[in-house]
Amino acid sequence: MNAASHQTDLKPHAAGTDTTVLSGAEVLLRVLVEQGVEVIFGYPGGAVLPIYDALFRQNAIRHVLVRHEQAAVHAAEAYARSTGRVGVVLVTSGPGATNTVTGLLDAMLDSIPVVCFSGQVGVPLIGTDAFQEADTTGITRPATKYNYLVRRPEDVAPCVHEAFHIARSGRPGPVLVDLPKNLMVGPASYSDAPRVPHPSYHPQTEPGRDVIARAVAAMKGARRPLFYTGGGIINAGPEASTALRRLVEKTGFPCTSTLMGLGAMPAGDRRFLGMLGMHGTYEANMATHGCDVLIALGSRFDDRVTGRLDAFSPGSFKIHADIDPSQINKIVPVDVGIVGDARRVIEMMLEEWDCTPANTRQPIDVAQWWHQISEWRKIDSLGFSQDMAPDAIIRPQYAIRRLHELATATGRDTYVSTEVGQHQMWAAQHFGFSKPNRWLTSGGLGTMGYGLPAAVGAQVAHPDALVIDIAGEASTLMNIQELSTIAQYRLPVKVFILNNQYMGMVRQWQELLHDSRYSESYSAALPDFVKLAESFHGRGLRATCVGELDGVIADMLAHPGPVVADICVAQDENCYPMIPSGAAHNQMLLGPDQDDEISAEGRMLV
Amino acid sequence: MTTQQESPVSAVISIQVENESGALARVIGLFSGRGYNIESLTVAAVDETRRQSRINIVTTATQRVLEQIRAQVERLVPVYRVSVMTAADPHVAREMALVKVIASGERRADALRIAQAFRAHPVDASATSFVFELTGATDKLDAFIDLMRPLGLAEVSRTGVAAIARGAAIL
Ligand SMILES: Cc1ncc(C[n+]2csc(CCOP(=O)(O)OP(=O)(O)O)c2C)c(N)n1
Ligand SMILES: [Mg+2]
Repeated sequence: MNAASHQTDLKPHAAGTDTTVLSGAEVLLRVLVEQGVEVIFGYPGGAVLPIYDALFRQNAIRHVLVRHEQAAVHAAEAYARSTGRVGVVLVTSGPGATNTVTGLLDAMLDSIPVVCFSGQVGVPLIGTDAFQEADTTGITRPATKYNYLVRRPEDVAPCVHEAFHIARSGRPGPVLVDLPKNLMVGPASYSDAPRVPHPSYHPQTEPGRDVIARAVAAMKGARRPLFYTGGGIINAGPEASTALRRLVEKTGFPCTSTLMGLGAMPAGDRRFLGMLGMHGTYEANMATHGCDVLIALGSRFDDRVTGRLDAFSPGSFKIHADIDPSQINKIVPVDVGIVGDARRVIEMMLEEWDCTPANTRQPIDVAQWWHQISEWRKIDSLGFSQDMAPDAIIRPQYAIRRLHELATATGRDTYVSTEVGQHQMWAAQHFGFSKPNRWLTSGGLGTMGYGLPAAVGAQVAHPDALVIDIAGEASTLMNIQELSTIAQYRLPVKVFILNNQYMGMVRQWQELLHDSRYSESYSAALPDFVKLAESFHGRGLRATCVGELDGVIADMLAHPGPVVADICVAQDENCYPMIPSGAAHNQMLLGPDQDDEISAEGRMLV
Repeated sequence: MTTQQESPVSAVISIQVENESGALARVIGLFSGRGYNIESLTVAAVDETRRQSRINIVTTATQRVLEQIRAQVERLVPVYRVSVMTAADPHVAREMALVKVIASGERRADALRIAQAFRAHPVDASATSFVFELTGATDKLDAFIDLMRPLGLAEVSRTGVAAIARGAAIL
């Protein structure tokens, strides 16, 4: 192949509109270069052949060929979340585009900046049921923050520039640009990013001083305060996490986090109470229930967090800061709503804290609150016992603890993705994150099959880092084809399967809610994951008992290439603690021996 | 929260949007996707260059849900401004109806007389039918249509509500 001989100059030109005649596809790539894009995750097809041809003739942008378009979006999401940049996807029309829908919605719910380019049939054919035609903008409208069907060649450059702006600004999210084939083949003009991107789009990022002052006044008067932080902190960049750590330190308040916010506070920090919500820690949930001032930062009162709404944090004064005004008062009515970027909110709270007198209402005396919290901590709600006999069955929590300890011992920068299920919750509980942007999980949509392609995206973004997909055996099979992508690009991804031979989370709910009728939740006819890994040119390992676990983890971490580690774990383990559906935070199940009846309403909830 | 806030009220949601393809679908999709109901809907370009359109949606919801609707609509990329007008906000809301009545003899004369009282104009007439044009508040149109029912009401076409705030206040 002789790609280098036909180089198209995609370097950004001086300002303004350039009159050199480029094809629409070349214009597209030039905008991408201008936007700082280095990698595209994609899959070719008829409608995007002109774009793939233009890609072939340049070197500025790298293309990673996935094995399914859904995986392209998840890879782009993980690329975005682990770097703070916009993830980019390129797919063909029709089935290529429809295959991205799950990924786009996943990015929508977790506020991940992704721009997805889909091919479309030529403009004259739109609406004729042409081959591989789909109403892609119609199908993806509720799954994206915004989308475009580009109809004129002169709109290619401005739309693509704007798509990046919309994806990354305000509350980030996925944007889809549908590109008819004739526009990519025909001539188009390049233009710089428009100065006014979209006339009606003005996200507010700077919070108001007055609301910050009201919030801080309430915080100063708090006796049982609690920070409840979410993915918004991660989206606001690492500086937001740094600022949060300072705010927590300065105020001396305890802090809990949602699933999406893990890593903003170091897991080991004495003021960090762990995750709250359905599988959160006892201390985090009891503190949420008992606090008198709740400060929600970049979190959105998701039902996995609140449990029974009318019993959620009763009696607390609620402060809610979010970049998206529609989140405030959506689920829980709050006393102070702050619209703004989490980093700015926290920085302004820090400033305000320093200039507000200490005793606006009552002297701060949170010592007693901390005493109460330490009592709750003694329950050790994440505790478990592992039989250490070499032939004992591995408990999944223990496997994750050992993985964390041995991975930390390598000293390498570590990124963890997950699939969806019990293993995901155990990973959240037992793999301590000390930095933001290292935890890649599908929170809002709960997409099985997210983790393996996400590991691809993270490893592409951080070639030298340790990237681990903590997986369940059922989820892994949902995008298992990505082992081929991993092989092609020699990505040293480690797939750590907690193989309980069940859709464990489904089995757990069936046990608790449906009298242990395990309808269709057994993982029958599983492949031999070791041989599977080998057939995809990787290394397969298996641990069947405690005595084999450390060795397998060590081998996995030491191996320079991709590894699938099949960790055979206890089949009947349930994920605790748990707030059963329809229950309040102070009604947690701490373990299997506590068999509280789940209410009839609870059974109706997801 | 007071009980007054919890009881549903009727409101007109006026939305100024960029006149681009898909903008209406985005707004409507938001309503159906989030379970808000639409009782009537109007949309037309309203500025001299036809770059902006105004969408009016009549809905019934609690104050809290109305605030949610406002916030959800406001964050759509092509939306400039949103106003939510309930009975508490001084505004004018009007719609137009075309009402076809098929009648003869006594009933035909009754229909004409009532139409006059309502200031409904016959915009089409044949030996056996009338089409009345009537503009006004929704309840006035409802009352007129109810009165036409026994007199040979055959077909109704209504525009849905267009609304605007009273006084110098603008969207
Ligand atoms: C695409 C998709 N389909 C179905 C579900 C529902 N679901 C949630 S967890 C789960 C089981 C996951 O099983 P496994 O990957 O083995 O993880 P485990 O719970 O056993 O750790 C299922 C089916 C989902 N979240 N996503
Ligand atoms: Mg499983």
